[in-house]
Amino acid sequence: MINASLKQLSQALAAKRISSIELTQLYLDRIARLNPALNAFVTVDPEKSLKMARAADARIAAASGAKPAGPLTGIPIAQKDIFCAEGWRTTCGSRMLANFISPYDATVIQKMHAEAGLVSLGKTNMDEFAMGSSNETSFFGPVRNPWDQQRVPGGSSGGSAAAVAARLAPAATGTDTGGSIRQPAALCNLTGLKPTYGVVSRYGMIAFASSLDQGGPMARSAEDCALLLNSMAGFDERDSTSLDRPLEDYARELEKPLTGLRIGLPKEFFGAGCDAGVMAAVQAAIDEYRKLGATTVEVSLPNSHLSVPAYYVIAPAEASSNLSRFDGVRYGYRAPEYGNLDDMYMKSRAQGFGAEVKRRILIGTYVLSHGYYDAYYLQAQRIRRLIANDFVEAFKSCDVIMGPTSPTTAFKLGEKAADPVQMYLSDIYTIAVNLAGLPGMSIPCGFAGGLPVGLQLIGNYFAEAQLLNMAHRYQQVSDWHQRSPAGID
Amino acid sequence: MNQWEVVIGIETHAQLATATKIFSGAATAFGAAPNTQACAVDLALPGVLPVLNKMAVECAIRFGLAIDAEVAGKSVFARKNYFYPDLPKGYQISQMDLPVVVGGKIALQVGQGDKAYEKVVRLTRAHLEEDAGKSLHEDFHGKSGIDLNRAGTPLLEIVSEPDMRSSDEAVAYAKVLHALVRWIGICDGNMQEGSFRCDANVSVRPKGQAELGTRREIKNLNSFRFLKEAIDFEVQWQINEIEEGRKIRQATVLFDPDTGETRMMRSKEDAHDYRYFPDPDLLPLAISADWIDRVKGELPELPRQMRERFISDLGLSGYDATTLTASQEMADYFESTVTIAGKANAKPCANWVMVDLAARLNKEGRELAESPVSAAQLAGLVQRIADNTVSNNIAKKVFDALWNGDGATADEVIERQGLRQITDSGAIAALVDEVLAANAASVAEFRAGKEKAFNALVGQVMKAAKGKANPQQVNDLLRQKLAG
Repeated sequence: MINASLKQLSQALAAKRISSIELTQLYLDRIARLNPALNAFVTVDPEKSLKMARAADARIAAASGAKPAGPLTGIPIAQKDIFCAEGWRTTCGSRMLANFISPYDATVIQKMHAEAGLVSLGKTNMDEFAMGSSNETSFFGPVRNPWDQQRVPGGSSGGSAAAVAARLAPAATGTDTGGSIRQPAALCNLTGLKPTYGVVSRYGMIAFASSLDQGGPMARSAEDCALLLNSMAGFDERDSTSLDRPLEDYARELEKPLTGLRIGLPKEFFGAGCDAGVMAAVQAAIDEYRKLGATTVEVSLPNSHLSVPAYYVIAPAEASSNLSRFDGVRYGYRAPEYGNLDDMYMKSRAQGFGAEVKRRILIGTYVLSHGYYDAYYLQAQRIRRLIANDFVEAFKSCDVIMGPTSPTTAFKLGEKAADPVQMYLSDIYTIAVNLAGLPGMSIPCGFAGGLPVGLQLIGNYFAEAQLLNMAHRYQQVSDWHQRSPAGID
Repeated sequence: MNQWEVVIGIETHAQLATATKIFSGAATAFGAAPNTQACAVDLALPGVLPVLNKMAVECAIRFGLAIDAEVAGKSVFARKNYFYPDLPKGYQISQMDLPVVVGGKIALQVGQGDKAYEKVVRLTRAHLEEDAGKSLHEDFHGKSGIDLNRAGTPLLEIVSEPDMRSSDEAVAYAKVLHALVRWIGICDGNMQEGSFRCDANVSVRPKGQAELGTRREIKNLNSFRFLKEAIDFEVQWQINEIEEGRKIRQATVLFDPDTGETRMMRSKEDAHDYRYFPDPDLLPLAISADWIDRVKGELPELPRQMRERFISDLGLSGYDATTLTASQEMADYFESTVTIAGKANAKPCANWVMVDLAARLNKEGRELAESPVSAAQLAGLVQRIADNTVSNNIAKKVFDALWNGDGATADEVIERQGLRQITDSGAIAALVDEVLAANAASVAEFRAGKEKAFNALVGQVMKAAKGKANPQQVNDLLRQKLAG
């Protein structure tokens, strides 16, 4: 059962071979047993989860041919703790919100619960305010990679990645600001999709960098991601950056043949800086795509080397402002002792935020300051446009772009924690996609040194269905995505 | 004082009369229990996002059209970052580089009567922004309370050029602006509740100097009287400082109505670095030409258009037309009066509204809306003057009676009190004869060339007629008889 696809679970539930209560309880038991070592979940609330499961079972029981329950009704999933969920503690991995119970549902949560009938198993650990690539910046301690518990699961959606990899949940939500869905998916042997900016509502998703943040699915297959994205996506009038487009079925093109498809290989993604083992697995996957009928063409993203510096101006700038609301006044952490108002602000924020968050608030405050704004923030915005234009040019000669998701496999806990720049470079292949607002995926494509390697697929705007199609066809001829770590039975 | 020129620019925050807030669906009504009109967005809960209220944009468009400004096809919301307990997000959403309204002008009339002069004040810009909440420092046992009901209330910040040269001009500007935002229905203008508040940027410079002096900004003036008092004090203070050899340093100051003085709040050195940047949660605001056209079609006749009509159509002077269009209430009252009394009587209607009625209202501290004399009653009175039923002097008596409720119409008052003018020349001639007979001395003086004596005789005839004789006829008959 724990290796069943969402489709199989859906069929089993509809046929009443299993109830949502049973399925939910099965996962809650696994979480109780395995989570203490992995630290993938920061909050589980079996009572709430089982209540939702009971409601889902009632929906399934009441369903009829004329009025079927939604395909995901009763399936339990894990929610990244960045999504506000009514009545649930919502921490964003921070001491600042360690006791914050959300009074409202994020749009994504509302859609998944109320519309799709999904059951939430709990809230998953994450880098504090999604700032990190290793899940080591969480106030609740690091998450361990189920493939090697001495190693990181990636970040910031590391808890979601570890949970799905260890079969503590069939699938999970994640968010991706610079690679936070794709990089942990790569490091934990999962399939993860960051949609086009504006496809998934950001309302109720705690903001890190508003112009880059995008929620998306993390699962064990492209097909699962497609089904999950169906329940997450859609225009939301409460998010002004949400795109008003017709709803689509992201699974509609899964089986389409890949014959004639042109794959662009950016020369900048295949040079130095990438581990040989990672590169070998990526090349082998590309060969497999050729066998599936695709052709490859070299393309160039000449400004991609500027993506990390531009990102580390824009994202901190937005974050420094987004995180100003955490001031100890209305909710969240307030220092127990303080002298006056300024002292209350300083102590609450000094104690409530961790080192990486403070670093980024400082960077962001600096680049927006009078006298530096033009040289940093405006310049970074110009580079952002150049990077987006690079992709526009590249897509003139290809349908999809491929390369490694991350330059390395999962690294050891603590290995990069003291060197922020090394840490930032783990996202060197993913960040440009966020800056351009494009959809990107990571899919399992092999192992190096016993650790999973991710292949990145980058599509044109709104090409989610096409990316899922490409991933699915590959997963029909490979079994990397079906492999599971040892010691999780 | 005489060698100094005063330079004033005014920033006004007009609270827009929308039912809901600028970026959330919470109500904007004034006076609700603290924090009952603040939703998740206003409280800046984690994860919430702003959605722009289109009605606030329409208000900005209306204003832009009313002052002949450019309504920007594209404007951008920016975040103004600073920490304060009543600013829930830690930033205010405002507009910086690209405001929604650019330029424009407002015509004023400064002073009264003979000393009145026309003045045009140019506007720099007007932009949309959200208001903050309120900090309440009393009644919390040493702590401060925060009320977020006002947080997110839409404001239009209207910025003038430094075109005003005296506190009188500043007050005239503020009054015209106040009337205008109410006229076009975008602001209730309630200054006590803070719906319309002004900041005055004040500097002085030696007359003839082109360069501006260093300014100080007086914050949050919520009455015209405070605006005038604050500027007058500030100007004198700045002149004294300079004359005593000190330099003015740029600063923000507060006006204390109790002492009548301004005092420093913060200097330029401790000014915040607001770190403005475009708000990534909001798309640039696009306003199409169609939208502007539709709003234009819904605008009422504007004061300046009405003023032109009063001049060309009713033959009023520029001064009268400006005075009568200074507020919607005044204009409506005047128009109603003229509609009944007839266009031919526009000038006397104007005089009655601007002079007699205004003086009486002023004396009793009442607003026009509370006038006991209605436009219809006043029109009836003006008609009776026009057809010589009563003289202007007697009309004042009739007006008093109407004011006091002694009669429903001018006609009723005239009949009941027997105020009808005597126009029968036989009757007047009889009175004249009586007076001439009884005042031989005055007659002699007049004949000796003393014109004053004539006025005394007129007075006697009027007295004998209990004021009701037609003054022109009295004059004419007296002259005839004295000449004869």
